[in-house]
Amino acid sequence: MKHLVSGALLAAAVAVAPLGAAYADINELKIIAPAAPGGGWDQTARSIQHVLQSDKLVGNVQVLNVPGAGGTIGLAQFVNSSKGDPNVMIVGGYVMVGAIITNKSPVNLSMVTPIARLTGEYEAIAVPAASPLKSLADLVVALKADPQKVSWAGGSAGGTDHITAGLFTKAIGVDPRKVNYIAFSGGGESLASLLGGKVTVGISSLSEYDAQAKAGKLRILGVSSPTRLPEAPDVPTFKEAGVDVEIQNWRMIAAAPGITPEQKQELSQTIEKMVKSKAWTDMLAQKGWANTYLSGDAFDAQLAKDIAATQTILKDIGLAQ
Amino acid sequence: MDTFAALSQGVMVALQPINLLFAFVGVMLGTAVGVLPGIGPALTVALLLPITFKLDPAGSLIMFAGIYYGGMYGGSTASILLNTPGESASIVTALEGNKMARAGRGGPALATAAIGSFVAGTIATIGLALIAPTIVDIAISFGPEDYFALMVLAFTTVSAAFGSSVTRGLTSLFVGLSLGLIGIDLQSGQARLSFGVPDLLDGVEVTTLAVALFAIGETLSVVAAGARADEIIEPVKGSVFMNREDWKRSWKPWLRGTFLGFPIGAMPAGGAEIPTFLSYALEKRLCRKPGEFGNGAIEGVAGPEAANNAAAAGVLVPLLTLGLPTSATAAIMLAGFQQYGMNPGPLLFATNPDLVWGLIASLFIANGMLLVLNLPLVGLWVRLLAIPRPWLYGGILVFATLGTLGANPSLVELGMLLIFGLLGYVLRRYDYPIAPVVVGLILGPLAEQQLRRALAISVGDPLVLFQSPVALTLFALSALALFGPLLFYVFTGRKAPVGADED
Repeated sequence: MKHLVSGALLAAAVAVAPLGAAYADINELKIIAPAAPGGGWDQTARSIQHVLQSDKLVGNVQVLNVPGAGGTIGLAQFVNSSKGDPNVMIVGGYVMVGAIITNKSPVNLSMVTPIARLTGEYEAIAVPAASPLKSLADLVVALKADPQKVSWAGGSAGGTDHITAGLFTKAIGVDPRKVNYIAFSGGGESLASLLGGKVTVGISSLSEYDAQAKAGKLRILGVSSPTRLPEAPDVPTFKEAGVDVEIQNWRMIAAAPGITPEQKQELSQTIEKMVKSKAWTDMLAQKGWANTYLSGDAFDAQLAKDIAATQTILKDIGLAQ
Repeated sequence: MDTFAALSQGVMVALQPINLLFAFVGVMLGTAVGVLPGIGPALTVALLLPITFKLDPAGSLIMFAGIYYGGMYGGSTASILLNTPGESASIVTALEGNKMARAGRGGPALATAAIGSFVAGTIATIGLALIAPTIVDIAISFGPEDYFALMVLAFTTVSAAFGSSVTRGLTSLFVGLSLGLIGIDLQSGQARLSFGVPDLLDGVEVTTLAVALFAIGETLSVVAAGARADEIIEPVKGSVFMNREDWKRSWKPWLRGTFLGFPIGAMPAGGAEIPTFLSYALEKRLCRKPGEFGNGAIEGVAGPEAANNAAAAGVLVPLLTLGLPTSATAAIMLAGFQQYGMNPGPLLFATNPDLVWGLIASLFIANGMLLVLNLPLVGLWVRLLAIPRPWLYGGILVFATLGTLGANPSLVELGMLLIFGLLGYVLRRYDYPIAPVVVGLILGPLAEQQLRRALAISVGDPLVLFQSPVALTLFALSALALFGPLLFYVFTGRKAPVGADED
C-alpha cells in the first residue's frame, strides 16, 4: 500500500534519482524509520539511503516509515517480522531507550543486532535574554531554593529533555521528582514559550537554541557534552559548572535479530565504509549533525550503560517502576 | 520602501520560467495529495526533500510553497464533492460544501472555496511580507492560559453551531473528547485508555477519524438505505459558476475568515483547524438566513476555506521570523531550508533576503496559479457527482482506505477506520451530528494540555487563568457566546434570532 502511494508521488522523481548500481556490496536494503517523515530518525534514514546509493555501497535502498510511540511500534514490527533477514535495518536512537521503558514495550533493544551509533546531539539549557539567571550556578541556586518554581520547557515527558532535566536536578542533590517539567509536543512550541518568557528555562538539543542565541534572544547556560563544543565555544559544559551530567541524544542503526555473524560483519563493514565516505561527511555538515560513530563492542557497552542509567533516572523522576 | 523593492526582486526570481514550472509541479502535486485523504503536504514535502537536494534552493522552495498551498486547496475539493475531508483543516468545509454539492451547487461551492482561498492567501501573504515581525511578537506573548481561553471560546461557540439540538451536539462532542483521551499523556508520559494495544499509544489520528466518520459512515448509510434512497444527486443545477448573490454572500466571510485565520495560524499553538471552527460559528451567527446552515449555506464554505488558507500563511510567520516550525509541514520546510545551509530565524531576513522574498513572491505565484488552474476545472470536477452511485461510493471507499493506510500502514489503523465508520453510520442513523466528534478530538487534547501547562507553571494556582488580559477578553467573549442568547431572551422576551433552528 505504502509503496503504491509513495511510488505514485515519486513518479516524477525517478528521473532525477540515481538508479541502483550494479556492483554494490549488498543488492538491496530496506531501512525502517520508526517515525513519521520529516523527523530526526526519518532524516537519518534518508541520509543513509542517499549516501549508500550515491556511493554505490548498496544497489537499492528503500526507506519505510513506521511511526508511533517513540519508535517502539516500528521496533516491534521490525523484531517480529525481520528475524534473520540481513536486508532489513532499523534506525533508532536514545529516545527509543526511554520509550521502551515508559511504554512498557514488549520488545527492546536486546532483541535487535546493534550495528553502530552514527550521530548525536548534545542537550543545552537556555533562558530568555532578560532572565535573571546568568549562569548554571544561578540555576543551581534557584533549583535548590525551590525546584517547583523553576519550570522547564522541553519535549514529551520521559524523552531526552526530561531525562536530562532529571539528571541535572539529581546531580545537584535535589529530588528529581520535584522537577516542574512542562512538556510540549513540538520544538517550535516549547521554544515559543521560552522566548515569550512563560517558563524559567528551556531544555533541548543545542541546535534548537543556536540561532536564537546568536540573535541575542536567548542565553545558553550550558551543554551536556564532555568538553566544549566547536559550534558554541563560549558555552560551558555542565561538568565545568560542577554538575556531573553528560548525555548525548544519539542515533544509531541496527540489524535484524538472528542474523549470522558473517551477515553482521558485512553490514558493519558497509556502514563503516559509509561513515568514512566524503558524501557522509558532507551530509553531516549540511544537517549540522556531529559524527559520533561508535561500533562493535564499544557501542554495545555504551548502549548497555545508557539503558541502565535511563532505567534508574526514569524511576527517580517517577515515570517508571 | 525597501520591502517593496525586495518583494519585486523576489517576484522577478519567482517569475523565471523554470521557477514557474516548479510552482506548477508543486501546485499540481499539492492538489493531488490534498484530495487524497490521509496523505498531506507534510508527507509529500518530506518524500521530495532528498530529491530536491539536487535542485537549486529557490526552485525547490517554490515547489514546496506550491505543494503547501495546493494541499490546502485540494483538501477542500474532496470535502465538498465527496464529503471526505482530506485534511483536518477542511472538515468544516464538508458540512455546508457537500450539502451544496448535493443540491447541484457544487460549482459555486468549489468556486467560493477557490476564490476565497486566493483572497485569503493573498491578504495573508501580504501580511506575512509587511507585518510578520509585529505579528510574531504578539503571537509569542500568548501563554498557556491564553491558549486555554482560546480553546474555551472555540468550545462554547462551536458546540452551539453544529447540529439541530444542543443535547445531541454535546453528546457527539463528548464522544470526541473521550477519543481524545486515548494514548500517551504528554505531560506525564503515561498511557491512557490504550488497553495494552501499542498502536493506540499515539492516540487516534484526526484524519483517520474524520475520513471514517464522513466517508465510510456516509457510504454505509447509503448502502443501508439501498433502494429506499431515492435522492437524486444532480451534478449541476443553475450556473456552474457563482452568481451575483453568491458573490454578495461570500466576500465578507472571505475577509472575516482571513482575519481569524492569519493571526491564529501565526500563533505557535494556533493551527489551522481552530480558525475554521471559529469562522463557521461566526458565519452561522451573522448569517441572515441561519436556517440555511446545515442545508448548504455558501457562507459556511467561504469563511472556513479563507480561514484555513490564511492560517497556512500565518504558520510561515513564526517559521520565517523565528525559525519556529509550528505545524508538521512547517517542520519539514525548516528541514528544507537547512538543507541549503540557511537557518530560518531572527537572522534569516538579514542573511538570505533574496530567498525569503523569493519564497514570499512564490506564495503569491502559487496562489494565483491555483486559481487559474482550478476555476476552469470546476466544471470538470463537479461531473464527478454524475458517476453512478455504486461506482462513486466504491471509489470513495478505495480512496479513503488507501489514503489512511498510505499515511500509516497498520492493521490497527485499518480496524479503527472501520469501527469509526460504523460509529459514523450509527450517529447518522440516529441523527447525531458528526462534526462535533472530530472537533472534540482536536480541541480536547489541546485544551487539556494548555490548562495543565498553565497550572504547572503557576505551581497549581488557578488564578493564573484570570491574570492575563488576553485570557480575560477571550473568557468574556465565551461568556457572551454562551449566555448572550439567554440574556437577549430575558431582556426582550423574544427568542434570539440566532441558534433558533431547533427541530
